[in-house]
Amino acid sequence: MTEHQFEPTIIGFTCNWCSYRAADLAGTARMKYAPNVRLIRMMCSGRLDPTFVLRALSSGADGVMITGCHPGECHYMEQNYKALRRFLLLRRVLAGMGIEPERVKLVWASAAEGAKFASETTLFVEEIRKLGPLNWGKPDDGSAAIDHGPSSIVHGQELEVPA
Amino acid sequence: MSEKKQERVGVYVCHCGSNIAGIVDVVDVANWAAEKLGRQGVVIAREYKFMCSSLGQELIEKDIKELGLTRVVVAACSPHLHEKTFRIAAQNAGLNPYLVELASIREQVSWVHTDKAVATEKAKAVVSGAVSRVIENAPLEEIKVPINPNTLVVGGGIAGIQSALEIANAGFHVYLVEREPSIGGHMAQFDKTFPTLDCSACILTPRMVEAGTHPNITLLTWSEVVNVSGYVGSFHVTIKKKARFVKEDLCTGCGICEEKCPKKVIDEVFEAGLGYRKAVYTPFAQAVPNYPVMDKENCTYFLKGTCKACEKFCPTGAIDFNQQDEMINIDVGNIVLATGYDLFDARRVSNYGYGRLPNVFTSLEFERLSNAAGPTSGNIVLRDGKTTPKSVGIIHCVGSRDKNFNNYCSVICCMQGLKFAHLVHERTGATVYNFYIDMRTAYKAYDEFYQRVLEEGTLFVRGKVAEVTNAARYEREKGKLIIQVEDTLASKQRRIPVDMVILSSGLQPRRDAKEVGKMFGISCSTDGWFTEKHPKLDPVATMTEGIYIVGCAQGPKDIPSSVAQGAAASARVLDKILQKEVALEPIKASVNEELCSGCRICNGLCPFFAITFHEDRMVTEINPALCQGCGTCVAACPAGAISGTGFSNEQIIAQIDGLLLKNLEPVGD
Repeated sequence: MTEHQFEPTIIGFTCNWCSYRAADLAGTARMKYAPNVRLIRMMCSGRLDPTFVLRALSSGADGVMITGCHPGECHYMEQNYKALRRFLLLRRVLAGMGIEPERVKLVWASAAEGAKFASETTLFVEEIRKLGPLNWGKPDDGSAAIDHGPSSIVHGQELEVPA
Repeated sequence: MSEKKQERVGVYVCHCGSNIAGIVDVVDVANWAAEKLGRQGVVIAREYKFMCSSLGQELIEKDIKELGLTRVVVAACSPHLHEKTFRIAAQNAGLNPYLVELASIREQVSWVHTDKAVATEKAKAVVSGAVSRVIENAPLEEIKVPINPNTLVVGGGIAGIQSALEIANAGFHVYLVEREPSIGGHMAQFDKTFPTLDCSACILTPRMVEAGTHPNITLLTWSEVVNVSGYVGSFHVTIKKKARFVKEDLCTGCGICEEKCPKKVIDEVFEAGLGYRKAVYTPFAQAVPNYPVMDKENCTYFLKGTCKACEKFCPTGAIDFNQQDEMINIDVGNIVLATGYDLFDARRVSNYGYGRLPNVFTSLEFERLSNAAGPTSGNIVLRDGKTTPKSVGIIHCVGSRDKNFNNYCSVICCMQGLKFAHLVHERTGATVYNFYIDMRTAYKAYDEFYQRVLEEGTLFVRGKVAEVTNAARYEREKGKLIIQVEDTLASKQRRIPVDMVILSSGLQPRRDAKEVGKMFGISCSTDGWFTEKHPKLDPVATMTEGIYIVGCAQGPKDIPSSVAQGAAASARVLDKILQKEVALEPIKASVNEELCSGCRICNGLCPFFAITFHEDRMVTEINPALCQGCGTCVAACPAGAISGTGFSNEQIIAQIDGLLLKNLEPVGD
C-alpha cells in the first residue's frame, strides 16, 4: 500500500488573526487534512523573517507553508504585502541556492476559510511529496545523529533520535 | 552544557474527554515528553481528563508550587480558547502568566487526523515545539490602558438604537451615527411585525424618539464614518456629516419647505420605488430627527440656479444652500457596528420576472403597499394603483438556500411570507398561495402563527417555484401571472394563475460590508457577514477588541434577536467602561539602541506611525503605546536590533527546531 511512500515534514507559519483561526475552524468542523504540517503561530505574516524559512529547511523540513490574511484584509492594515514581497524574494534566493522554490508556498486564508486551509495543506503535502526529501542540513552518512558530543547543544538536549 | 539557567518545565497533556484521547495516545505523549525532553528541562509530564477543569488547573498550580516549575506547557485545545484559563492558573501559583504555552493538539491534531499512530507522533512534535519555545519565553506584564467612556454606535436600525439606549441609560455617552436622514432602519419601513402583528411603527417610533432626545446620545444622521484608528479604550474616529442644506439649530421641522418644493422624485429608498418624495424631504412622518434633507442631485436650484422656494417660505430661515460637508473627530473607547443588511435584488432571479412583469413585487415593496402610511395608504393593489388582487402567490427563499445566489437561509423569510399571507387574506379576502421549500418557524410563538395562517385558509404548496410567467396556455390563465411549480408533496407539476406575486426576498450583507469591516479592522465570513469572535459563545464580539457586531450585520436575524444582540453588546461595552482600564497583550516591538545602525529600513514599514527616528542620536525608537505588535519591523531589521516580545526570534527559532525534533539531536552549527 502506501507503506513506503515519502512522508514530508512541513513547517507552516500562520497569522494569529486569520490562518491560525482557519486551522482552528478546520479542527472545529472536523475537516481532515494531511498530518505532515506543523504550525507556528505569529501575530502577522509580516513577522515572517525569511531566515525562519531557511532555518526550518536547514533543520529538516522538506517544505514551508506561509499563510496570512488575504490582500487587503490584514489585521495590521498592509503587513501581509510585506510578507508577499519577502516570499517572492525568498523564492529567488532559494533558486540561487539550488533549492526548488516550490518548497515554499504562500497561501492566503481568512479566519472563515477552514476548508481552504485544509485543502491547501493537503495539496501542498502532495506537491512536496512529488519533490522528494530535501535533506538539507542532514549529516552525510545519515547515522551521525548517534554520537556527536554534547558540546554545541543549545539547551542540552538528548542525543537519541525520536521513536 | 548551556550556560543558561536550566528551566523546570511541566508538560500537561489533556484528554479533552475523548476529543483528544480518542485519536492521540495521550499517555504515550506524556511519557515521551518526560523521557525525551528531560534534558530540555521537562521535570514532570502528566495527562489528565480535562486540564481546563478546576481539578486540572489545581494540578498545575500544585506542581508549580511544589516542584518549582518555571515554565508550563499545556497540550490541549487552541490557545484562542483556553490560553487565558491556564495563564490565570499560573498566575495563581505565582508564575508569570506569559511563561505558559499552549500546544494545540485538538484543533491541529486529533480533530483533523484519523490515523492514531500518525496523530500521536504529530502531537509529540507539537509538544516538543512548545517546550522549546516556552524556555525562550520571557515574563511579561500586561499593559493597562484607560477606557474612554464614550461609545460609537454605527447604524440606527433597531439593533443600533437598542444598543445606544442601553449604554445611554446606564449614564454613558453614545455617538449614534446613521447614514440615512433618519434613524429607524428597515423596521421603520415595515407595516406589521410577526408573529404578534404589532404595528412596526407603533413599537419602533417611541424608541426612536427616546434615542433622538436622550441627553446621553449625540445623534449624527446623514453621516458616515470615514476613518478609524487606535485600539480598544481609545479609538479615534472621523465622521463625515453630509451637508443637509438645512440649519439644524434653526429648523423646527414644520415641513413647509417640503410642502412648497415643486420637485417630485421617486423615493427609491424608503418607499422602495413605489412612492414619491420632494427634493427637500424627511423620509417619513415620524423621522428622527425631523429636520429635512435636501437632495442636491434633484433640487432645481442646484440644477438650474433658480427656484429657492423652500428658502422663501421657511419661517425660520433655516435653509442654507452654502452648507458644506463637515468632518467631525471623536474619541471613543468602544464601537458597536449595527450596519444591517441589504435586501437581495430579486431581479437576479430572472425566471421570477421581477422588474419585467409589473405585478411581481418584492417583500419590501409589499411592506410599503400594506403600510397605512405608505403610497397606497395601506391598500393592497396591483401596480396600476387601483385593482385589488383576487389571488396572490407568495414565493419563499428568493435568493436564499439557492446555489446560484446565497447558500444560507435568510431566517426571516418564512415568517415574513406567512405575515404577508395573513395581511393579504385579512385586507383583500384574496386566495393566497405560499410556495415554500421547508417551513422554518422556529422560536417562540412562530409555529403557532403558522397554524393560524393555515387555519385562515392560506394554501401551501411545497416546492421551489420554477418560473413566473405571463404566457398563458389556457383560457383561465389569460391576463394572469402563472406560477409554474413542482408540488413535491403531491408529486405533480402545477400551473397556478394569480393576479399578484410577492417574492419573499432574502437578506444580504451590505454591499460595502467588506470596506466597512476593513476600516474597523474586522473580517467578513465567506458569505460576507461580519465574523464574530465565537459563533456560539461570543456572538457579538469580534477578533478586534473593543469592536462589537449586532443585528443583521452579523448574519440574518429577526427583530427580537437583533434587539437581544444590541443589548448584549451594550453589556459588554458597559463592562469595559466600568473596569475603567483594559489590559492589552504586552506584545510589542522595541529597539536596542546599541545595535541600531540607523539604517531606517524599518521606518516606512509601520502603518501605525509607532516608529520615529532620532536624527540627533541616529537611532530609531518605537512608541509602545502605538505599537500593535505585528512584528513586521522585527523581521525587517537587518541588524537584529528590534525585538518583539511574545514572538521573539529566539522563541520562533526554538519552536521550529522543537517541531522538527531538532532539539533531540546535536545541533550542527
